[in-house]
Amino acid sequence: MKKYICLLLTVLLLAGLCGCDTADDRVTINVYNWGQYISEGDDGCIDVIALFEERYPNIRVNYVTFDSNETMYTKMAGGGITVDVIIPSDYMVGRLIEENMLLELDYNNIPNAQYIDSRFRNTDYDPENKYSIPYTWGTVGIIYNSNYVDEEDVTGWELLWNEKYADKILMFDNSRDAFGIAQNLLGYSINSTDPEELKACAEKLAEQRPVVQQYIMDQVFDLMENEEAWIAPYYAGDYLTMAEENEALCFYLPEDQGFNLFIDAMCIPTCAENKEAAETFINFLCEPEIAGGNMDWVCYGTPLTAAKEFMDPEVVNDPVSYPSEETLDRGTGYISLPRSTTRLMEELFMQVRNGIPVHLP
Amino acid sequence: MRKANRIITILIFIFLYAPMAVLILASFNTGKDITQFEGFTFMRYVEVFQDRSLLTLLGNSLIISILSSAIATVFGTFSAVGIQRLGPKMRKTVMGLTNIPMTNPDIVTGISLSLLFVFVGSKMLGQRNSLTFWTLLIAHITFNLPYVILNVMPKLQQMDNSLVEAAMDLGCTPTQSFFKVTLPEIMPGIISGAIMSFTMSLDDFVISYFVTGLDFITLPVEIYNYTKKQLQPKIYAMFTMLFLLIFVLMVVMNLLQLRQEKADRARKGG
Amino acid sequence: MKKNKSVLLSAPYILWMVIFTLIPLCVVLYYALTDVETGAFSVKNMENLVLYLPAFWRSILYSLVSALICLVIGYPVAYYMAHCSPTAQKFLYMLVMLPMCMSFLLRTLAWVGLLQDTGIINNFLDMLGLPRLSLIRTPGAVILGMVYNYLPYMILPLYSIIVKIDHRLIEAAEDLGCNGVQVFARVVLPLSMPGILSGITMVFVPAVSTFYISNKLGSTDIVLIGDIIERQFKQGDNANMGAALSLLLMILVFVCTGIMNRFGGDEEGGVPV
Repeated sequence: MKKYICLLLTVLLLAGLCGCDTADDRVTINVYNWGQYISEGDDGCIDVIALFEERYPNIRVNYVTFDSNETMYTKMAGGGITVDVIIPSDYMVGRLIEENMLLELDYNNIPNAQYIDSRFRNTDYDPENKYSIPYTWGTVGIIYNSNYVDEEDVTGWELLWNEKYADKILMFDNSRDAFGIAQNLLGYSINSTDPEELKACAEKLAEQRPVVQQYIMDQVFDLMENEEAWIAPYYAGDYLTMAEENEALCFYLPEDQGFNLFIDAMCIPTCAENKEAAETFINFLCEPEIAGGNMDWVCYGTPLTAAKEFMDPEVVNDPVSYPSEETLDRGTGYISLPRSTTRLMEELFMQVRNGIPVHLP
Repeated sequence: MRKANRIITILIFIFLYAPMAVLILASFNTGKDITQFEGFTFMRYVEVFQDRSLLTLLGNSLIISILSSAIATVFGTFSAVGIQRLGPKMRKTVMGLTNIPMTNPDIVTGISLSLLFVFVGSKMLGQRNSLTFWTLLIAHITFNLPYVILNVMPKLQQMDNSLVEAAMDLGCTPTQSFFKVTLPEIMPGIISGAIMSFTMSLDDFVISYFVTGLDFITLPVEIYNYTKKQLQPKIYAMFTMLFLLIFVLMVVMNLLQLRQEKADRARKGG
Repeated sequence: MKKNKSVLLSAPYILWMVIFTLIPLCVVLYYALTDVETGAFSVKNMENLVLYLPAFWRSILYSLVSALICLVIGYPVAYYMAHCSPTAQKFLYMLVMLPMCMSFLLRTLAWVGLLQDTGIINNFLDMLGLPRLSLIRTPGAVILGMVYNYLPYMILPLYSIIVKIDHRLIEAAEDLGCNGVQVFARVVLPLSMPGILSGITMVFVPAVSTFYISNKLGSTDIVLIGDIIERQFKQGDNANMGAALSLLLMILVFVCTGIMNRFGGDEEGGVPV
């Protein structure tokens, strides 16, 4: 019997040792970001967090990821957590501002904000730049595998409804992006608040469900790269990452339909505990050299022209990452919708996902 | 008949272990894709030890499972002694209470605890951070306790009560008789309860997934987050190492038990 | 005197269990009965449950089928184990336990790797020049995932009951002229009933509430109740509807296990290690 007790004690002791390193006097900031959205030293790129901790040895970064704005919001609104830096998309920033969930930034701690291009300042979601600093921007388009998908079928968003490719189509697993596609297909505004229009979109999405293989977010990488799926709507920057692994993949922005142009921005939520350290972190990410190195891996568009000189020229000149002005003009940004509309949209999307009849509550 | 059973048993074990073999094989793969073996490498194992966050997560899991199972074992053992002494009606009620977390689906247990913590922490106490290490620990203790109780209770019931009475007659205080007589008698139950609750808590995903905040995350929960992105092959290496560790631990435990049984038999025989 | 004192030892436990199992269920009830927007009392969530009944039936059907398959394939294994030498029994027991200690997420993911259209099995078929099969995203794949994950929960209780069956009873039956089948049907099977019932319960409960298995191995049309609950909490920002669904799930599980216990009569303790 003593042996068991000895064993237990040894294990306990080991656990005690593991627990010790948390007891230092460094400040910890919780950074809550999208998955696959910061360079962590893979593929010969820089390790942003390690570099940050090296320069600011008294700050420790606890990096946690989410897979959609809605997941992040649900976690934050549910209460019960502290986060110091979040990087949501435009419309979510707007919503968080409206709901008083963000703190005003102190620009004295973020001198590198001066490098942000004027195009990305004074945006619809944060007109006075009080709460957010852009991290990346990009477009939402269709990624398809040219080995399996006929060019003639690649016309617009209706490709995602094409029964010919049933069980090979992926779809967004978040309400806003899924509805955005249905709205663009049906010719509605992607910022519509009309319940009837939303219901029509939900019905369209429900119609799509039988041909959809899976509703996904970042699982898209594996599925598209190993050709388990052939068609998926996703963010342009991520397409570049996938295309490096599988050359048959192509990216397409529908020509006579609208598409979403998004900005993801860094903010400090009201539940932050170390605002100054959080601002230091944001400032670090805005440093042109760091931002450039980071974007080399992330492949999304950078809002800092100054960063481009530190980047791989191939990425900077890629029309998928940095489309022409005319193309960009066709894109629309999401704006923050009234709480009731968001709620309705989520409710309808749940109905689609759960396979229950679409109805207005 | 026995031959048929043997074949079925072998087939079932292949069925149980094939997916794990796939994962173990994937840990030596140079490519990222689990379905295609491109080349042999040990790099994934090196990557595990270079990854600070992965080791922290494993540490977190160990801390939670060791603490919760240790607390649940001590707490549960004393409680079992208390429950044993309750009147039959009351005992039945308490055992019914014990069975709730056992029969309730994990998802319901997880949700109910997280709603409780958020409700009390955020709504009633106005706390900003109500899902912490401590709430996770409470959740783990709560689902571990029934395992300890259900393993200790039968041993207590089997125990010959005259032993305790004899000890008392010989001048032991109730505390002494507990530690000198009762405890050694029920030790096997305590140990199996402790081991069960430790493994349950180490591998728990569903309950932790709902109760966890952001500042303290355990390995199974983060593995879920990993599976929502592009899966990094070092996770397979981690899996393989854990597999080996648990395998060795189990074999050692079994051997110890066998040796002890032999010793017991020898003692009884001599 | 001494009796009273040790009774007190159970008080903290009772308090703990009331606070952390009974009260949380009341909180679930509270959420289920309030409106998500206003927080006022409302039975709307309860009324909406009707919409989710198909998903409930589907979950029950899938998990019952899985439990039965587990029983059919688990029984011979448990029976074989129980008739091995004590050392072999220990070793086999360990081998059945071991998968339970490993991350079920990764093990399910391995099945995805095996079954998917570009997966290991299909690649292998391709190599042999055979046609590819669609294995993943079918009801069969979901049931396979459930059987695979919860089979040990069937084998272990079955084994611990079968191993206790008194061999003399079997010999007596044989002496009285029973053949092998009769011995099994009239003696062994009735005696292993408690193990069968607790095995079915232990497979059914986690299977009926699973969300990962159906999500990974099922098609977009196979939505189980666990998926819906998880989504309501983690994505849908509608904890109240999720609470109502969990409440129904809980009642369902308690009714099912209640029926099981009725059959078995005896309450079965934990699985001994």
